[in-house]
Amino acid sequence: MTDTDRAVPMLQMEGITKRFPGVLANDSVDLTVLPGQVHTLLGENGAGKSTLMKVLYGLYRPDEGTIRLDGEPVSITSPSDAINRGIGMIHQHFMLVPTLTVAENVALGLGGRAGLSDMRPVRQRLAEVSERYGLHVNPDAYIWQLAVGERQRAEILKALYRDARLLVLDEPTAVLTPPEVEELFVTLRQMTADDKGLVFISHKLHEVMELSDEITVLRDGRVSGQTRPSESTRESLAELMVGRPVELTRNVAATERGEQRLAITGLNVIGDRGNTAVKNFDLAVHSGEIVGLAGVSGNGQRELADAIFGLRPIRSGQIAIDGEPVTAPTPRSVRQRGVAYVPEERMVEGAIGDFTVAENLLLVDYHQPPYTRRGLLNRSAISSWCNRLVENYRVKTPDIETPTKNLSGGNIQKVVIAREFTCDAEVLVVAQPTRGVDIGAAEYIHERLLEQREAGAAILLISEDLDEVIQLSDRVVVVLEGQIMGEVDRADATPRSIGLLMSGVRDGEASASAD
Amino acid sequence: MSEFFTVSVLVATLAGGIRLATPFLLAALGETLGQRSGVLNLGVEGVMLIGAFAAYYTALETGSTVAGIAVAIGIGAVMGLIYAFLTVVMHAEQGISGIGIFLFGLGFTDLLFQKQVGTPLPIPGVGKAPIPILSDIPHLGEIFFDHNPLVYLAFLLVPIMWFVVNKTTFGLNVRAIGQTPEAADTLGVSVNLTRTFTIVIANCFAGLAGAALALEVGIFQQNLTAGQGFIAIALVYFGAWRMPWVMSGALLFGVVSSTVLQWKTLGIVSGPSSSLLAMAPAILTILVLVLVSRRVSAPAALTRPFDRAG
Ligand SMILES: Nc1ncnc2c1ncn2[C@@H]1O[C@H](COP(=O)(O)OP(=O)(O)OP(=O)(O)O)[C@@H](O)[C@H]1O
Ligand SMILES: [Mg+2]
Repeated sequence: MTDTDRAVPMLQMEGITKRFPGVLANDSVDLTVLPGQVHTLLGENGAGKSTLMKVLYGLYRPDEGTIRLDGEPVSITSPSDAINRGIGMIHQHFMLVPTLTVAENVALGLGGRAGLSDMRPVRQRLAEVSERYGLHVNPDAYIWQLAVGERQRAEILKALYRDARLLVLDEPTAVLTPPEVEELFVTLRQMTADDKGLVFISHKLHEVMELSDEITVLRDGRVSGQTRPSESTRESLAELMVGRPVELTRNVAATERGEQRLAITGLNVIGDRGNTAVKNFDLAVHSGEIVGLAGVSGNGQRELADAIFGLRPIRSGQIAIDGEPVTAPTPRSVRQRGVAYVPEERMVEGAIGDFTVAENLLLVDYHQPPYTRRGLLNRSAISSWCNRLVENYRVKTPDIETPTKNLSGGNIQKVVIAREFTCDAEVLVVAQPTRGVDIGAAEYIHERLLEQREAGAAILLISEDLDEVIQLSDRVVVVLEGQIMGEVDRADATPRSIGLLMSGVRDGEASASAD
Repeated sequence: MSEFFTVSVLVATLAGGIRLATPFLLAALGETLGQRSGVLNLGVEGVMLIGAFAAYYTALETGSTVAGIAVAIGIGAVMGLIYAFLTVVMHAEQGISGIGIFLFGLGFTDLLFQKQVGTPLPIPGVGKAPIPILSDIPHLGEIFFDHNPLVYLAFLLVPIMWFVVNKTTFGLNVRAIGQTPEAADTLGVSVNLTRTFTIVIANCFAGLAGAALALEVGIFQQNLTAGQGFIAIALVYFGAWRMPWVMSGALLFGVVSSTVLQWKTLGIVSGPSSSLLAMAPAILTILVLVLVSRRVSAPAALTRPFDRAG
């Protein structure tokens, strides 16, 4: 027994059961968090992690079970209740108002002197908090202008600003780069040193091994195991999650690369802030090839993908598909040329939350036979196709008529992937395909990606996950500030070679900076 | 023709524009607040009618215009609570509920008028209250500072409402829940309570707008508002949900209407062409709407009811 066992648990969740129509999301779950501890919740997509935390945060009412804080039974009926009791939560999907500034998002719900929302004190305290935890973001920037990594920092600041004692972090690292994750961990360790309690959720096993004091594994809403990093390995954790042994590494056979499919020459794209986000970009992707685009988020990847897909105007340069330039691209015209796109922000660009799973699966093809005949939707063709996709891609949902927003985060990603991988595209632009996806499903998505490559698709894989890029790509192109820093072949691609390029150090240069 | 261009006509036209703009400016300011919080209320016209009748009838019975205004605002608040119950609590479809409120207001005021009043008796109305000194400025004084108090109030409410939306915590909540109610909810902002407030305030404004109209013309008749409530809604879009822009739209609409009236009075236009010209303000609004609406997007959560799942 360690000394922490003597401390009074700051949180005890006992026998929590939460049902949704057709789903038992939590089945008599217990969770205990001690002050100064990081308690990790691990589990496949749809295992019930977010649900359990939303119960704690007062967003869901449990059907059964009790919650104790510092030993006292409490009933948490609303988020403000939770906030007042010192609970903070960083949600899996951004809970930020895009049309407000960072400071305004932070100040939201806090009240102000005499009912006035004066941003000056907020900015000041925000600067202190940012400084203390090393989370830098411009307080006056609008959220819609921020890159995903910056948004996550704003999200974390929101909770830190409120001085939470018990902080829930629902997949906070899913959108962070490795160096950002390291920074976050420094922050989190500082918090545990202050005797705060943390509940940490992540699908990345090396993070879990590095950070956790305790690990609770959920499977199908039930606790399938409780362990500690010292008593487990990545393989044993994966097996607890999935219920079977999982291959964590893979060898990819080289294939012949075919004709050039996607050609980008001299491309310049303007970003949201009026800056040149993509600068003089040249890139070619061939049939049967996966080109990995590695780089810290916010270096022009999003703008590049948006431009290819016609979601963002091109300043100058050219994008050609199969040798023919794309003029005045729109998402539909680009799709007709055989391009599919898995966007980085699936909740915003990839899927429509209020639509059913079936509707999201058909967003692209609904207007074509057999799903539509003479302008009418063909129900039976639709449902048999959708049911097949749901089964093949192991989307966990009660049925295809469930609103997509009710799915767990990873399962929404699977819906988008299923749709984009099955529309027979010749060019696939895939951004962060396994972000927030559990290892079982990531394994599956990687298999499907390689299958597409085998079938001759030209794939541009935009990812911050170095392991993923290195495992799958035939070539890795590294971007920094909208420009190509360098290119590495499969044989030479190592975390070190790519990591150096990502941080702006070219081959042979000792410590040159990017500009 | 030459006398039309004389300064005095121009002054009268501009002053008239400001006066005519007052009712729909008031209604539009309220509607802007409501829409910023994510609630569309198509019932403005109906509430304006009810407010107009309430103000008229109260003034007729008590002889007090102040009492008339107070009753109109109070009844607006009641209508707001009803609308909030329908849309915020019951999640009724906002478009349909608003049209229901409009039809109710139209029929109900007509019925009450027939039963309670019958023949249109004039009421004293609100008199002009020239602002000392300022109203003596040549021309400008007459255009801007020689109106009834409700006109001043309406234009004074523009900066006030701007301040409320942009500089208070209530306004911050409103802007947040109109865009991303889920995010506001996770920070303890009560989405539905805040929306109830904005709906009640918006309907008080609509009631006051009706009172302004009835007390201005000093009479009530069936369908007195003649579409002004719908103009107010259009102005919200025209103004891209920004108070100063909404005011600009109201002024533009008011001045064009006033010009048309002047031309008719002066006999510059008559007969069929004058009826055609009467559509000018509406057509102008549509044109500007088409041009403006491309640029600005509505609050993302507009017409979307909020409910926390589970
Ligand atoms: N509001 C809701 N209505 C209906 N079903 C829901 C709702 N929220 C969650 N569920 C269901 O409950 C189950 C657990 O979902 P939850 O979001 O807790 O999973 P998770 O473990 O967080 O997964 P992920 O790793 O993908 O985020 C899923 O099957 C999901 O579809
Ligand atoms: Mg989750």
